[in-house]
Formats: sequence, structure tokens, C-alpha cells
Amino acid sequence: MSERYQVHRSTRASRVAMSLFALVVLALAAAPWWAGRGDLRMLVEIFTYVGLAQMWGLLAGYGGLVSIGQQAFVGLGGYMLFALATFAGVPPLAALLLAGLIAALIAIPTALVAFRLQGAYFAIGTWVIAEVFRLGFAQASALGGGSGMSLPAGIVRDIAASAPAREALIYWLALGLALAAIGMVYLLLRSRWGLAMTAIRDSEPASESLGVETWRTKFVVYVATAGMTGLIGALIFLQKLRISPDAAFSVSDWTALVIFIVVIGGIGSIEGPIIGTIVFFALRELAADWGAWYMILLGGIAVATMLVAPRGIWGVISERWDLQLFPVRRRLVVTGAKADARA
Amino acid sequence: MAEPILTTTGLTAFYGDFQALFGIDFEIHAGETVAIIGSNGAGKSTFLRAITGMLKTPGQNIRFLGRDVGDAPAHDLVRAGLAMVPEGRKLFPSLTVEENLLIGGYGRSGTDWTLEAIYDLFPILAERRRHGGTALSGGQQQMVAIGRALMSNPKLLLCDEISLGLAPIVIKDIYAAVPKIKAHGATIVVVEQDVNQAMAVADRVYCFQEGRVSLTGRPGELTRAQISAAYFGLEDGEAA
Amino acid sequence: MDWINAIIQGVLLGGLYALFAAGLSLMFGVMRFVNIAHGDFIVMGAYGALLVVSLTGIHPLWTLVLVVPGMAALGYLGQRLLLNRTLGDDILPPLLVTFGFSIIIQNVLLELFSADSQKLQAGWIETASIPLAGGLSVGVMPLLIFASALAVIAGLQAFFYRTALGRVLRATSDDADTVRLMGADNANVFAIATAIASAVVGIAGVYLAIRTNFDPAVGPARLLYAFEAVIIGGLGNLWGTLAGGIILGVSQAIGAQIDPGYQILAGHLAFLIVLVLRPQGLFPKMKG
Repeated sequence: MSERYQVHRSTRASRVAMSLFALVVLALAAAPWWAGRGDLRMLVEIFTYVGLAQMWGLLAGYGGLVSIGQQAFVGLGGYMLFALATFAGVPPLAALLLAGLIAALIAIPTALVAFRLQGAYFAIGTWVIAEVFRLGFAQASALGGGSGMSLPAGIVRDIAASAPAREALIYWLALGLALAAIGMVYLLLRSRWGLAMTAIRDSEPASESLGVETWRTKFVVYVATAGMTGLIGALIFLQKLRISPDAAFSVSDWTALVIFIVVIGGIGSIEGPIIGTIVFFALRELAADWGAWYMILLGGIAVATMLVAPRGIWGVISERWDLQLFPVRRRLVVTGAKADARA
Repeated sequence: MAEPILTTTGLTAFYGDFQALFGIDFEIHAGETVAIIGSNGAGKSTFLRAITGMLKTPGQNIRFLGRDVGDAPAHDLVRAGLAMVPEGRKLFPSLTVEENLLIGGYGRSGTDWTLEAIYDLFPILAERRRHGGTALSGGQQQMVAIGRALMSNPKLLLCDEISLGLAPIVIKDIYAAVPKIKAHGATIVVVEQDVNQAMAVADRVYCFQEGRVSLTGRPGELTRAQISAAYFGLEDGEAA
Repeated sequence: MDWINAIIQGVLLGGLYALFAAGLSLMFGVMRFVNIAHGDFIVMGAYGALLVVSLTGIHPLWTLVLVVPGMAALGYLGQRLLLNRTLGDDILPPLLVTFGFSIIIQNVLLELFSADSQKLQAGWIETASIPLAGGLSVGVMPLLIFASALAVIAGLQAFFYRTALGRVLRATSDDADTVRLMGADNANVFAIATAIASAVVGIAGVYLAIRTNFDPAVGPARLLYAFEAVIIGGLGNLWGTLAGGIILGVSQAIGAQIDPGYQILAGHLAFLIVLVLRPQGLFPKMKG
């Protein structure tokens, strides 16, 4: 009659998937040697969206914090990079890291204000805050006001001596940041914060009564995602070499597209944002010259996904085949005599 | 004999994967007062939620006034003549006493019960008509909840634990209204944990235990031993 | 004198913001539902008015007769057929579906009407003004909009407190589940609430089209103003929402008086200050 239970995270599928994932990463790391310049640029864009989507998915899918204001941190990261490099003479790569740090620091008072709103109102509140940043930077004449500024040529040369070397460096940074974002979600979910977050997502009142400190958990997640989002933002504008308030704090580029990516790919998973990004770029290649119809199509797909399969593409796949490539869920495995006791 | 006003045959009900009712056979005829007794978690409230359509019971065999209503939504059943006094009263806090009563008549058919008739039944409510529904004492709130249900002119009135948490003297006042409600032609089901109260008011009793009917009969014909066996499931009465 | 004038203009602008906000407040009150596309619905109303004027040539104010029922019908159907499906314990579906609508509406309007800025010409009523003491004057049109806001809020208030349907909507706000036991169909009640909110959105849209320039992308900003007016005023209080709209309008007017670049920013900052100091809003709903 002895029943034994073991708690497992990894499965055979996940071990195979991890090996494949490692191979893909290796191939991608070698891309500067095998891919063209256009392809590299496109990959950089893909990596930044994977990173942004992971961060948004972490907030909404696990923290229960739906933000329509993540562009605040993308723009902040970009502007901090430009300001630090241009006015403080900080080397571009150090400025990149500092920009992420500053974004996280600024997220602290932001959270104190935004967390006074609940649910949907939190979402709109974060949007207001992002607008305050946009309008505020538009008033900052040292940073070019409404028309923005370019990164001076001397600083551009500081990144790397030649254009190909610069592009390769930015490429590796983008790949590294995407992996770091994935790793951050993965590690956070496997930590005790991860359990707390899942509990909060599933039932806030219940987890409150279980002693999970909802507020502090959400706060930590919010600040951490802001820092990573700021870092990615800084890289985006390091590649563009030009920044303006409307581009830096664009709700459609840095939040709307990211939301669509996560919703279509699958909210509440690490795989979802990656799949969503691939679908998004594939669609963009197909419908590049459709103009507004492309956004209508994308929005339509996202709405339909939410209504028909709220867990997105990955939700359908993982339910159908009981798959999990990134093992963050714990599984209870019954071993011993009465393994199939449940009829 | 005429067809019962309400019948359930082999009624089962689930909360998600959890089965709460296991084949309940139940009937009530026009003019009867039936009490459902049983301990906490026996499935009494679930049964009421199932027959009112508040809990979905797709494809189940429930007949009300000669109609199959297993798939009917709650608002439909209320309009057809079913009313419920929900457990915990569930008054609308931002509505006054009078508005709570009036909203009970939102989907009404017939004109049997009017505000005046409710105020005749529970005179204290007339004095408190402008108060907020939840600013009253527990007993008065229960009166509002009963009045609100009556305002729809129900043919069948379901009362879920109307004595719960009230002082004995208040319970007596509330049960004193039952004969007057019957005089208006309503058929009544009361769900009670208080067995004595249920026996005093009912023509017939159903005892529920773990989602099944463990005993039925007329109060005069049931022995104390039978009831406690059916209620608590302790002895080998007729429960098994 | 400039300052007094700015404040008067701000108060009147607040009426328009209250019209933006009333529908949002109503929908949240009845079904705890926040429509992220609310601002885009307002802009849709504005384009509806534009379409009617260009097809029939009638005076812009007369378009209310068509736009208001049209928006109400659209709201009813949209809630009944789509949005009701998103309601539940999870806040993600309604938020993300209406966010999707927001982007879709903006881009459909862009395809249909181009990105060009539009405005409806209302003739003499736009330029007419009523002189006040000390060389100040108020425009007839802003005054009309403000009076409409008062009328709409008084009308909604009367509807909620004096009619059987209004009672059902208030009860639904308390406890939607128990309302079903009163013989009311939640799906229908929600759709009616959205229809009423959309009718107000239609009014707001027509006035937006007459009062300011608009293009397909101005919806989100209207959502933010509406939201700010609701939060400043306090949830669940329509007169509070009017006060919130006025505070927002006056803040923007004062900001603009300092420097035109500060107009919108000043409104957002006023909102954030209220949020920090009094998160429940200035006039929260009293317990009944």
C-alpha cells in the first residue's frame, strides 16, 4: 500500500527541448559570421521583442499586473543612455547598464503611485504615467525637446571602431538581453517569489490569507521588469542612434505590439512570448505593405485569441500534448503500488 | 392527484469536479409546505441553487409547472413563478428597504402581492422603508428578503436558512408569517438546520445527507431516532 | 484677467471631460468593466457625425439625432455579442479584448478617413459669445456643452434613482448574481448599461467633433481624460465625475496659461497628485 510521491519539474520533453534550445542559441550566437547585415538587424529587433514580451508576460501573466505603460521604461532607458553618454561622458556600454538601473530606481516611486489603482484602473494609470514621461521629456530642451536628439558621432565610434563590429556587438547584446530576460523569468518563477506569484494570480484573497505578501511580491516584480525593460529600451535606441519623445514613449510600438505578441503566443508561459514574437515577425514579413490593415489583422487575431483560446497558441499546444519546455511548473509524480488509484 | 408543482428526478449537481448532489428525487404539490433538513454540507442549498437555475444543471430532469426547466436560466424561472429567499439574505446595500422590495417585483406576473400587503405582513418595514437595506437588524433584513421574494408573486417560494443567526424570538416572528403567505396561495419549501422549527411548519420533510435524500415523511409519522439517524448518519436507521 | 478667463474656459472644458467620463464611470459601476477602447468609441462617434454631415449636409448638432441612437445600438450589440463573453473573475480578457478593439478602431478609421485632422463647422454658434463683466466672455458652444453635461448627468441620476430599470442597474452594481433572482437577465442588463454609456459617448463624440480638431489617433488621450475625471471625482459618483472633469479642465487651462506645452501635462499631474493624496477620489460614493 505504500504510495510515494515525487515532485518533478523537468520532463523528458523539457530535457530534449533544453538541448535543442542550447543548439539554437549557439547557432544564433554565430550569426554575425553567417547572416547578412539586414538579417542581423531583423534578429536584433526580434530579440528585443522577445525580451519586452517576456517582461510584459511576467507582469501580466504571473504578477496579475496588466500594464499599458511599459513604454515608460523603454523610453526612460533610451533617454538615460543618451543623456549619460552625451553629457556625463559615460562609455556607451556602462551607460547601457546604468540606464537599466535608473529605470528600476524610477520604477520605485512609480509603483507607489500606480499601485494605488487596482486591475483595469492600474492599466490605465500606468499609461498616464508613461504619458507624463513623454510630455516631460518633450519639455527637456537639453535633450532636444519634442524633436529629440541623435547620439554624437564620437560616442557612436566609442561603441566599436567599425560599423560591422558595432553591429555585431549590438547583436550579441540583444541576444544576451533576450536570454537574460528569459532566464530572469525562469529563475523568478522557480524561486519562492514564483510560487507566491502563481498563488496571487490564481486567487489574490486566498493567497493573502495564506500569508503571501501580495503587495511586496508585486512590487518586486514590477521594479525588476522595469529595470530589464529599461535595459532593452537603452539597447533599442543604441541601435537606432536617434531618440525622440514620440518614438521613445510610443504606446503602439513598445506596449500594443508586445501585448499582441504575448496574447497570441500565450500568456502565463515562457514559451508563449517566444512563439508570439515569431508569429508576429512572420506576419509582418507577409503583410509588410498592408499599412493599417496589418494592425487591424494583428488586433483581430489577438481579440479572437482572447475570446476563443485565452491561453494563446502555446496554451493550446501544451494542453493538447501536456508539454512544458521550460520546466517551471512542479509536477506531482506518484510512484509505487497504487500509482493509478484515481479512476 | 394533480401533477406536482415541482419535481426533480435523479437530480445530480456539480461544483466543477466536485459532485454535490447524487440523484435527488423530490416533489412538492400545490399548497404544501415542505421542509428540507440536514446538517451543514448535506447539499440543501445546492439543491435550491440547482432548481432555481443559479447553479447550472444541463440536461437534468427538473419539472416546474409542467415544464422541463433543467436548462432554464434563473431569470426565466423567476418570471415563471419561482422565487427564492437566498441564504444570507443578499439584500442590495445601495437600495433602500422599499427599493429592495420593489426590485423583487421587477419580473413579476400577477398582482397578488403589493407593497401594502408586504407592509401588512411585516409592519416594521413600513417604518423603515427609507432606510438602507443593510442598516436594519438581522431579523428585519430577513423580512425584507422574504418580502422581496414575495413581490414577484411566486407560485413556489424557496426559503434558504431563514432562521440562521437570528434570536429565537425573531425566528418566531418570521415563521408567524408563513401561514399568511400560504393564505395567498404560495407553495413553500423551507431549508432549515433547526429540525424543530422545520417539523412545526412543514406538511412533509425531506432529510438530506451527503448529497442524497436519507429520509422523507410527514412530521407526525417520523420518530426522533429515525430523524437523527438520517440527519447525522450515525445509526442504521432507514438511511442507508 | 487672463487667468480668470483661463479658469472659466477650463471649467467649461470640464463639462466635455465629464461627458467623456460618464460612460466609463457607468460601465465600471454596473459591471466592473473598463473599456480601454472608450476613447476610440468617442472618436468613432465624432467620425459618425462627420459622415452624417458630409452625406446629408445637416447642421452638426442635428447629427446627435442619428449618432446617439446609432452608438447606443452598437454598444448594446457589442456587449451582448462580444464583451459579455469576456466578463468573469479574470481581469485579463475584458482588458485585452477592448485594448485590441482600440487598436482596430484607430486603424479602421485611419483606412476610411486618412490621418488628416478633421473638424465640423457649426457656423454662428461656434463664434457667438456672451459678454460677462470686466471684458470677459464665454462662448455659446462651450456653454452649450457644459449645459449638456449637466443635463446628461441629471438625467442619468434621475434614471438610476427613479425608474425600475435604474434600480436594477444599481442592484447589479451591488450584486449581479442575486439580481438574476429578481427575474433580470444579466446579459441583457449589462448590454443595456453599455447602450446607455454608448449613447453618452455619442453625445461626447459629436461635441468633440464640433469643439476641436480630431484624427483617428486621438482616442487614447480621451480615455485618459475620462479615466482621470472618474478617479479624481471618486468612483461611483456621477456628480463627482463632473467635479473631476472640471478640476482636470481647470488644471489643463492653468498649465496652458503658463506654457502651451504644459497643458496636458498639468492635467496628468493634477490627477497624480489627487491619486497620491486621496486615492479614493475627492467625492467617493457614500454608503446607502
